[in-house]
Amino acid sequence: MSAHSTPGQNGSKGTWTLKTGLAQMLKGGVIMDVVTPEHAKIAEDAGAVAVMALERVPADIRASGGVARMSDPEMIQRIMEAVTIPVMAKCRIGHFVEAQVLEAIGVDYIDESEVLTPADEKYHVNKHDFKAPFVCGARELGEALRRINEGAAMIRSKGEAGTGNIVEAVRHIRAITEAIAELHEMAATELHTKLEAKAHEFRVPVELVREVAKAGRLPVVLFCAGGIATPADAALMMQLGAEGNFVGSGIFKSADPARRAKAIVEATTHFRDPKLVAEVSRGLGEAMRGLSLDTIPAAERLAGRGW
Amino acid sequence: MPVAAGSSAAVLTARAGVLGLQGDFAEHLATLDRLGVEGVDVRRPAQLDEIDALIIPGGESTTIGKLAEQYGFIEKLRDRAAEGMPVWGTCAGAIFIAKEVPGHPHPLAALMDMTVDRNAFGRQVDSFEADLDVPDLGAKPFHAVFIRAPRITRVGPGVEVLAQLDGGMIVAARQGRLLATSFHPELTHDERFHRYFLSLGKG
Repeated sequence: MSAHSTPGQNGSKGTWTLKTGLAQMLKGGVIMDVVTPEHAKIAEDAGAVAVMALERVPADIRASGGVARMSDPEMIQRIMEAVTIPVMAKCRIGHFVEAQVLEAIGVDYIDESEVLTPADEKYHVNKHDFKAPFVCGARELGEALRRINEGAAMIRSKGEAGTGNIVEAVRHIRAITEAIAELHEMAATELHTKLEAKAHEFRVPVELVREVAKAGRLPVVLFCAGGIATPADAALMMQLGAEGNFVGSGIFKSADPARRAKAIVEATTHFRDPKLVAEVSRGLGEAMRGLSLDTIPAAERLAGRGW
Repeated sequence: MPVAAGSSAAVLTARAGVLGLQGDFAEHLATLDRLGVEGVDVRRPAQLDEIDALIIPGGESTTIGKLAEQYGFIEKLRDRAAEGMPVWGTCAGAIFIAKEVPGHPHPLAALMDMTVDRNAFGRQVDSFEADLDVPDLGAKPFHAVFIRAPRITRVGPGVEVLAQLDGGMIVAARQGRLLATSFHPELTHDERFHRYFLSLGKG
C-alpha cells in the first residue's frame, strides 16, 4: 500500500494514514462487545481501548438465529454518548448502505462482520469509498490481503464468534503469521516469480504481496477476535502475534464481567508475564460456558462467511 | 535549545524509554532505532531508573492512565521528572502529563503546567493531517497527524508554545525538559521532534 503511505494534503481527512493510525493507537489493548451504555461504562472503567456497540453479543446471535443486521443507530449513539473511548459498530458483509449509515452517525471504526448475516454473496464493501476506517475478519493471509486491497485499515482473525472456544482464532492467527513468515523468506531470496504466483493465488496486486514479504508483517494492525474467554486466552493470542484483542461474549456472558474485563486488559498488556497472568486469573468466577466446535454444524459456523 | 536536523546521535540521550503499557509504542521505538538511540519498552516502574528519557506514546489515555496507576508508575515518574529526566507525551501521552484535563475520570501524572482538552476536534471522521510551522525545528513545515487529538487550551508561565494551528490553537509546547504534542511524529518519517526531545536532557 505504498501509494497510500504518502502524507495527505494539508487539512485532509479520512486518509490511509489516519485510518491505519487509529488502529495503531489501539494496539496492546482490548476492544469489548457491549450492548448497553452501562456495559460500555464497565468496559471503559476496566481499561478497554474501544467498544463494539451491538444489540446482541455473538453468543446470543448464535442462539436466537434469524437474520442478524446492523444495530439500531439510536442504541449505538447512546453508547457513543456514554464513553469517551472510540466506538465501533458492525455492518453486514457487502452492505455498503449500513456502512454509510454508521459513517453518518460518526462511528469511529466500522467492522464489516461475518457475525452478522451477509448481504452480498459476491462483493465486500469497497472500503476506499469511505472516510471512516474499517476492520475486517480473515482466516488466512490471502483473505486478509483481499480485505486490505479493498481498503480495510485493520485486520482481525475471525475465530468462531460466540463460542468461547479459542481454537479457531489460534488456527487463523497461526495461518496468517506463518504465511507472512513464508513470504518474508521468499523476499530474502528475491524470488520474484514466486511472489507473483502468490499474488495470483491471493487475487491481489503483487505490490501488496511484495510489501508484506519485505516488511515481514501486514501493512495494517492485526488483532485477534473470536473465542477469547479468559486472561490466558488473551495472552496466548498476543504471544502468537496478535497486536491486541477483541473480546465479545467472553466478558458479559461471564459471572463477573467487570473483574474479568479488567483481568483480560492486564493479561493483554503483560502477556509475557505468566506470574501476572496467574495473579489476574485468580477467583474470576465462572467463564462463559462455551461451545465445542464439533457440536456446531458447518452451516451454523460464522467464520465461513466472506471469502 | 533547537537542534540541527543533522546532529549526530552521539550527542543525544543514550537510553530512551517508551511507556509500553498500550498504544503505538513500537513506532516510537522504531524511530529511536533509526536515530541510533537504544530504546527501552517500559512496562514496569523499576525500569524508569534504567532510562535517561521517557516517551509516553499515543493510545487511549483512559487505558494508559489506569494501567499506570495500577502498577505504581505515577509516583515513580513524578520523582524521575523532578530529578530532571525529560518526558515527552504524544497525544494520549500529552493528556497523561498535563496538570489539568477537564472531565478526565482517572489519575494522571500532572507534570506539565497546561490544560489539555481530550478529543478536542471530534471523532475519528474529524481526524486530520496538517503542515505545521515549528520555528524551533527549522523552516521546513512539520507534517503532523492528528488522530482523535487533544489540544492545549491553557499554558502556565514557563511553558513555551512550539506550534499552533491556523487560528492559534496550541498543539505543541515545552516546559523545561517536558514536551507535549497533540499529534504523532512517530507515524511519519520526519524525526526532527524525536531529535529535539532527545536533546533536552543535554541542556
